Amino acid sequence: MAEKEKKESLLSRLGESQVWKSIIRSGVPRSRRQRMYAVLGNVFLHLHPARVPKHAVKIGYTWCMGGLSFFLFVVLTITGILLMFYYRPTVEYAYTDIIDLTEQVPLGIMRELHRWGAHAMVLTVWLHMLRVFMTGSYKPPREFNWGVGVLLMTITLFLSFTGYLLPWDQLAIWAVTVGTNMARAHPFIGHEGPGASLLAIGDINLVHMGSDVRFALLGGRFVGEATLLRFYVLHCIAVPFVAMIFMAVHFWRIRKDGGISGPL
Amino acid sequence: MNYIKDLFDFLSAPTISFTLLTVAFPFIFPPTDWFDKKNKQWGIYKLWTNKGAFWIFMSITFFFIIGYFDPYFNLTMTKPDNIPIILMIYSMIFVIWLGMKKAYNNDARLDRGEKPEEWNDPDDKVLVWPDLVYIELIALILFMVFLIVWSILIGAPLEEPANPAATPNPSKAPWYFLGLQEMLVYFDPWLAGIIFPIFIIVGMMAIPYMDINKKGEGYYSFKERRVGYFIFMYGWMVLWVFLIVIGTFFRGPNWNFFGPFEWWDPHKVVPLTNVNLSEYVWVKLLNKGLPTNIIAREAVGFVAVIGYLFIMPLLLAKTKLKNLFEHYGPVRYSTLMLFGLTMFALPIKMYLRWLFNLKYIIAIPEWFFNI
Repeated sequence: MAEKEKKESLLSRLGESQVWKSIIRSGVPRSRRQRMYAVLGNVFLHLHPARVPKHAVKIGYTWCMGGLSFFLFVVLTITGILLMFYYRPTVEYAYTDIIDLTEQVPLGIMRELHRWGAHAMVLTVWLHMLRVFMTGSYKPPREFNWGVGVLLMTITLFLSFTGYLLPWDQLAIWAVTVGTNMARAHPFIGHEGPGASLLAIGDINLVHMGSDVRFALLGGRFVGEATLLRFYVLHCIAVPFVAMIFMAVHFWRIRKDGGISGPL
Repeated sequence: MNYIKDLFDFLSAPTISFTLLTVAFPFIFPPTDWFDKKNKQWGIYKLWTNKGAFWIFMSITFFFIIGYFDPYFNLTMTKPDNIPIILMIYSMIFVIWLGMKKAYNNDARLDRGEKPEEWNDPDDKVLVWPDLVYIELIALILFMVFLIVWSILIGAPLEEPANPAATPNPSKAPWYFLGLQEMLVYFDPWLAGIIFPIFIIVGMMAIPYMDINKKGEGYYSFKERRVGYFIFMYGWMVLWVFLIVIGTFFRGPNWNFFGPFEWWDPHKVVPLTNVNLSEYVWVKLLNKGLPTNIIAREAVGFVAVIGYLFIMPLLLAKTKLKNLFEHYGPVRYSTLMLFGLTMFALPIKMYLRWLFNLKYIIAIPEWFFNI
């Protein structure tokens, strides 16, 4: 009887093995101290403090929306990388590559996951913002982090918008045409914006259809080949890069500003 | 049934639905004592109970069920890219309901002199491993399941190959920008597409600096922050979310209004009878032609805009909002006024359009400067 109790399960023996300990740094967390080390000694988990207030783990307080937004960002990165294997951002191939993706990949739902995940991320980010507002969590000392969050929300929308063009179907180019047409009207730097005509030397307009901010965004006078490449690079590299920097600041500031908000 | 559909079509016209929402809003989120009294008197606070949730849920679902079996609304509703909007309507209303329920609960606790529900002894914390990590794990597994089911059931939309020569009617921006596209009805692109988005972003970033009410940090509470709640909820739910709903479901060819159960007739004729303020003043009131000097022509408009944005806050600071001004100081006060008045410029312009067919307050198409 006594010997039986001494026998440890396979799982916990693995947990005490040299290989496991070399990777995870601590054994199977059993005591309070070990559990704290499990968080502190893990590069991913130490985003969290070792201990949090009780209300912080209640789904009714946080709605889990901030965490889900980050999770969706990860899902979108992974599915996006997989989609990049198949997709070529040229007017010639873009549409057919999407068709190829639906017809040739067995049980393929990568594009669906990516698209619905992107829509869902817009929603979770909005709901997260709503939660932060309703709990008054933007109040000092968290003002700055609210600002970072607003920028992250804008970045999320822009990420979704740049991705909208890539299937290169009617839905894509006309939604992006409608959206980017706004840039025409940018004061001073859009050719149909107020003040644009003031920027002229004599009779020569400096801001015209071939030099304004819309031209810079589209890489041309209309949504075409250059726009597709531009939006592809923005969507896959440039904007996610910026988003990751802002996210790092956002998460770091949560800790620095005293962790999750709560009543004093 | 047709009777109900006609009623919905009638009610959903922006003039009616927007007005109903705007009038109802201060009673739902009462910013002052008077509205609060009415809210209690009429029992509107009962929205934030389980029973209220049931009725809200049933009425929205009722609308979508009729819509699903209606041949016209079905076309708009079941577009794959419109599914997120239906999700948005449900989730947004649900979380507001949940938040308000918790807020009223906390308000009652605070009235009794207790701490808010979220309060715990600061020394009595829980460990992240395992108490938080396992919740995160469950949340992400459930969400992934939801996403996979959604992806299997509904294919991502793919229309015909891009054709720059064939403009669809209506051409719509992605759904999350449809609020902005809807604003284009009332404002020119330089405002609706550039200035307002910038003001929304900067204004939202400025919220923590404009709201200096120290109460209600870290827990749901309505009573302690009712003015802030009212302004934010109006801006978010009516001027953003509701405009998205209008832009998606109620705008058809040529961006004309169509009730949810109406056929999107591309030949619907809507008279464009909008008149500029300068024409009202010079032609209709003074019975003269428009002056050739642009500034003289639009002088009244300039006076109106400058008066609204800059003179009115100054006068208010001296009179009605004197306490606020002293409490806030000049910088904070002017920021609050600039963003607040810009936000309320949208409904004001909407009503000027609906009531007086006013097109532009300042109309200088020569400089692309129309307000």
